[in-house]
Amino acid sequence: MTHKLTDGGRVLQVGTLARVEGEGAMRIAFEGGDVADVHLRIYEPPRFYEAFLRGRAHTEPPDITARICGICPVAYQTSACWAIEDACGVVVPEEVRLMRRLLYCGEWIESHALHVFLLHAPDFLGYDGAIEMATDHPDVVELGLRLKKAGNALMELVGGRSVHPVNVRVGGFYRFPAAAELRAFRPELERALADALTAVSVVSGFEFPEFEQPYEYVSLRAETGYPIEVGSVVTSAGTAFPVSEFAERIEERHVPHSNALHARLVGGDAPYAVGPLARYSLNSDRLSAVAREAARDAGLGDTCRNPFRSIVVRAVELVEACHEALRIIDGWTDGTAPSVEVPPRAGEGYGASEAPRGTLFHRYVLDAAGIIRDAQIVPPTSQNQASVEADLRAMAATWSDLDDHALQHRCEHAIRNYDPCISCATHFLDLTVERS
Amino acid sequence: MTARPKLAVWKFASCDGCQLTLLNCEDELVPLAGEIEIAYFPEATRAVVEGPYDVSLVEGSITTPGDLERIHQVRAVSRRLVTIGACATSGGIQALRNFADVAEFRSVVYAHPEYLSTLDRSTPIAAHVTVDFELRGCPIDRRQLLELLAAELTGRRPRIPTYSVCVECKRRGSVCVMVADGTPCLGPVTQAGCGALCPAFSRGCYGCFGPQDTPNTRSEADRLRALGMGEDQVLRVFRTFNAGSEPFRQESRRHEPQEQPQEQPQEQPQEQEVTS
Repeated sequence: MTHKLTDGGRVLQVGTLARVEGEGAMRIAFEGGDVADVHLRIYEPPRFYEAFLRGRAHTEPPDITARICGICPVAYQTSACWAIEDACGVVVPEEVRLMRRLLYCGEWIESHALHVFLLHAPDFLGYDGAIEMATDHPDVVELGLRLKKAGNALMELVGGRSVHPVNVRVGGFYRFPAAAELRAFRPELERALADALTAVSVVSGFEFPEFEQPYEYVSLRAETGYPIEVGSVVTSAGTAFPVSEFAERIEERHVPHSNALHARLVGGDAPYAVGPLARYSLNSDRLSAVAREAARDAGLGDTCRNPFRSIVVRAVELVEACHEALRIIDGWTDGTAPSVEVPPRAGEGYGASEAPRGTLFHRYVLDAAGIIRDAQIVPPTSQNQASVEADLRAMAATWSDLDDHALQHRCEHAIRNYDPCISCATHFLDLTVERS
Repeated sequence: MTARPKLAVWKFASCDGCQLTLLNCEDELVPLAGEIEIAYFPEATRAVVEGPYDVSLVEGSITTPGDLERIHQVRAVSRRLVTIGACATSGGIQALRNFADVAEFRSVVYAHPEYLSTLDRSTPIAAHVTVDFELRGCPIDRRQLLELLAAELTGRRPRIPTYSVCVECKRRGSVCVMVADGTPCLGPVTQAGCGALCPAFSRGCYGCFGPQDTPNTRSEADRLRALGMGEDQVLRVFRTFNAGSEPFRQESRRHEPQEQPQEQPQEQPQEQEVTS
């Protein structure tokens, strides 16, 4: 919807952003030819997770925080487990880390397939949604649905179900799937790996606007492998710090134009970005050979600064997740205990993992009985909000000569580049309320 | 060819997991779109087909003054209105605010609580408008969703059992974790629908589908205490995703410490907006 203003300015407004998780809106105001105001408005109602976690037992955050997001519950469960185990001074066995990684691969496959094919591809191919796209591009939609199904099936195998898995607990799992069950899943995963490679070649053939942004990237980096379930923090400016410092290193502050809290790195003025582009740019050396080759064939360098190309990076990460899941399954042997005891103690703990949309931080303060006294959750979408607005601002300035319809489409597309999960972000952000 | 029935999917306060369950019907999604016109589903498509709609699926609970108005508009454009998931049928995990001081909640999470416009309670859809059917679960079950849509298409009542998880668990052939291992389990008081997942993973049920049709929560609580749970733990197991459902709400209140201020009675008007 567009309002022409009498002074020659115009306001571009989208009331309900489609194909994003949660409820958000966009407003761009022009004065003359200049962008006066850019506004990603989040009107998703708050649910107060950090408040009602207080007074709950230290065993509860995996089940409770999973409910923050139906699309990435494993991210919440994993970050919560690390943070509680850290507070209690418990280090889980390697098998637990590997099974967390395997479950997380399922979530990456499910979530990335959903975004690449059902939410993002329609922008490139010119459709309102995947159902509409299915008539002309049945192969593309079927490829996406098949990959998504494989991700969900992997989550069901390890976690019991794909939305809010039941098998995750502080200290590990209730039950490990048997090696035979995991091996039986191999053929489906091999098909998924082949599909993911096809996905890379399909999406790398899309047309990408020339658009690069200078933001700082923030991602986890693991001791080995591509960062998924664990790691410490690195930035493209060359900074590195342990997850336990995130609360001091990242500040959330007000910017006058939007009333929303934007995350900044302490000491930095530019917005920073988390998510596939950041992960890839800081860890492309850690990809498996097959994913690295796919990235090269798709024309990606060691880093990528064009947010429109995030769809290619997500497809490369689909390859990595399928390959990694196969590797874990092939190495799995039965016989280890699925969990260790995590006796409560008074203390503070930190955890982070790479949600499909970027780094997800948790912090808990426990009392001696294990009751939660304080909780802090910093989801990726709230960290990316400043970058989304910076993109919109730069884009609207560059493309202000486009007609409203085309500009609106492109700006919506720019927001979907981030796969924003507004359901996640809202519960921790100040709502941006327009009072006119 | 007769017109396909029009389906709309609406979101209120929720995690999106129940509407995602519709997109998780990977094998059925494209054929389904041939039978039903997906007329309004912003999470999946920008296209909007004007109402009225034959079937509306409603996810999420009512927590803001704006949503309180919106749900009446949704009802007005819907021939049949079906709620999907624990948020829409019992207020969801965010109904934990109903047991607390929401002003304090706001100041814990938000630096500037005055910007927020929120109600002091999270309430189910049926507290505000007539609901034609409620599909339980946190999240809903994919097979139950397909059964529901098939029933809506043919104009029959969906076959959704209201008995307990125990029935499903026996049928699945799982060993009872409560009897065999002494693991606390809410299966006896919780409605079936998940396929008795947790006991199959050596875990007790934790109540995702809310109370079954005749839940003996008092006896369940006695059993949980006998297995070694304290009053505070019993309170918490009844106070999760379906904390706002009447049987679970009442049972949790029985385990509140005496000195804790009592929750306001259910009958009081709930639509007071928190002043901001």
